[in-house]
Amino acid sequence: MSTPQPVLELDRINAFYGASHILFDMSFQVYKGRTLALLGRNGAGKSTTMKAIMGVVPIRSGEIRHEGRRVNGAAPHVMAHRGIGLVPEDRQIFPRHTVDDNLRIAAKPGLSGRADWTLDNIYDAFPILAPMRGRNAGMMSGGEQQLLSMARCLMGNPDLILLDEPSEGLAPIIVQEIGRLIRKLRGTGVTIVIAEQNMHFCLGISEDAVVIDKGQIVYRGTIEDLRGNEEITSRYLAI
Amino acid sequence: MLNIDALMNCFGNSACLVTQSATGLIIGMLLFLVASGVTLIFGVLHVVNFAHGAFYMIGAYAAYSAYGVTGNYYLSVLAGAVAAAIVGVLFERLAISRVYKENLLMQLLVCYAFVLICDDAVKIIWGAEYLAMGIPSEFRVPPLRIAGGVVPPFYLFLAGSALAVAILSVILIRYSRFGKIVRAAAENATMVSVLGIRVPLYFAALFGLGCALAGMAGALAAPVRSLTPGMGLSILIESFIVTVIGGMGSIPGALLAAILLGFTRSFGSVGFPLFVDGAMFLMMVVILVFRPQGLLGERMVR
Repeated sequence: MSTPQPVLELDRINAFYGASHILFDMSFQVYKGRTLALLGRNGAGKSTTMKAIMGVVPIRSGEIRHEGRRVNGAAPHVMAHRGIGLVPEDRQIFPRHTVDDNLRIAAKPGLSGRADWTLDNIYDAFPILAPMRGRNAGMMSGGEQQLLSMARCLMGNPDLILLDEPSEGLAPIIVQEIGRLIRKLRGTGVTIVIAEQNMHFCLGISEDAVVIDKGQIVYRGTIEDLRGNEEITSRYLAI
Repeated sequence: MLNIDALMNCFGNSACLVTQSATGLIIGMLLFLVASGVTLIFGVLHVVNFAHGAFYMIGAYAAYSAYGVTGNYYLSVLAGAVAAAIVGVLFERLAISRVYKENLLMQLLVCYAFVLICDDAVKIIWGAEYLAMGIPSEFRVPPLRIAGGVVPPFYLFLAGSALAVAILSVILIRYSRFGKIVRAAAENATMVSVLGIRVPLYFAALFGLGCALAGMAGALAAPVRSLTPGMGLSILIESFIVTVIGGMGSIPGALLAAILLGFTRSFGSVGFPLFVDGAMFLMMVVILVFRPQGLLGERMVR
């Protein structure tokens, strides 16, 4: 059996916010068609990692490789056209645009012209959004906004999806719906990175896990092994 | 100074009424076209374009030259709009985009420097003396007589096309994909770029569109006004009065205020010729005292 090719490699990256050092020599790989859970407490550096991959936050040193190509310093729109989609932690929907317009703004073909996601099948996959098409997104609940943010990301037909805390602060019923959607997405062959505080949310939906604490990696392996690793889970994850 | 009798006579005389109304209408529609460019740029990019008058001037001179070469006035209007758009995009990329996040004073300085440069560039290219284009050949036809008043057909073309283009551009910003993207980018540029969109290009295009409206207004005004370096200043001040009276960001407000100002100018020249400018500013002061948000503006919530 040959070793699978990593789609995304972080190689000893360091990132700063102003003068404060946020990510320390962080390295991990994401493999094609697999889902990786990026776990850690609040403030561990999960969002910064996601933003660094997307080009929203610059890295000071180290290297980010996508499909084997060095992509340090590439602008977010360049990363988007490489087939990467980000669902940011605070959703960042456009509150003064309708649900339809939020989705239309994001419409673009994926790599090699793939256009699996259109408005129509987005509304099939997100039945909760369908009756709200004409409503201003700012009028929706937090859970509905989270679904819209995910749907908007899919409109760009990404191959690699970065989901930043998709379950944070949401009602259990919406969290279940989001879990169902992620399972469905995995079935389409896309690669996913989920940043989460909640390991249990990730158990059924990811193979690999990385745990970070204060900007440093403290665990790298499968999520099943992590589950049995009492020392790591009790020390670095809020249960 | 005050000639109430002449004003009353004009109101009682349909010929005078029609003639002055037509003049008021073209002044108003030109102002509306310029002010809608100011409003688009301010409404989306939150930049007050103090250089807007320079694009009006560029449009007028470009149309003057294009008419001299082609003899076709419609092409000349297009040339005026395109020339202003090109200079506008360059100005946005090279200068204004660097001061989006600076304070108002910095933006004002950049714009004012640009205006001075443009005025001198016009002097170098076209000379400092007044130029007159005259009514274009397409419109050298007998004037329309409406209720005894005289209305040149060119006036109708000017007012109609200014109104149509201003309204079309508002529709573009509200309903087109371009307009939706640029408004979203103004609220959250990072998120829009995460979706794969090159935000700076959209900002430059919107700025260019606003400048094109000013350039078209200059091209439409060229046959009825004399061309001179610095001609942009008075239209800039008047379009700001329109924007403020109408309510910042409100297009219907700008339309109403532009017509109000146009009629104040045309009838003022009959009744109080020495106090026309004074009357406009007086109107602005009175309206701002009683309705600080302007006629149709929304109260400031932010």
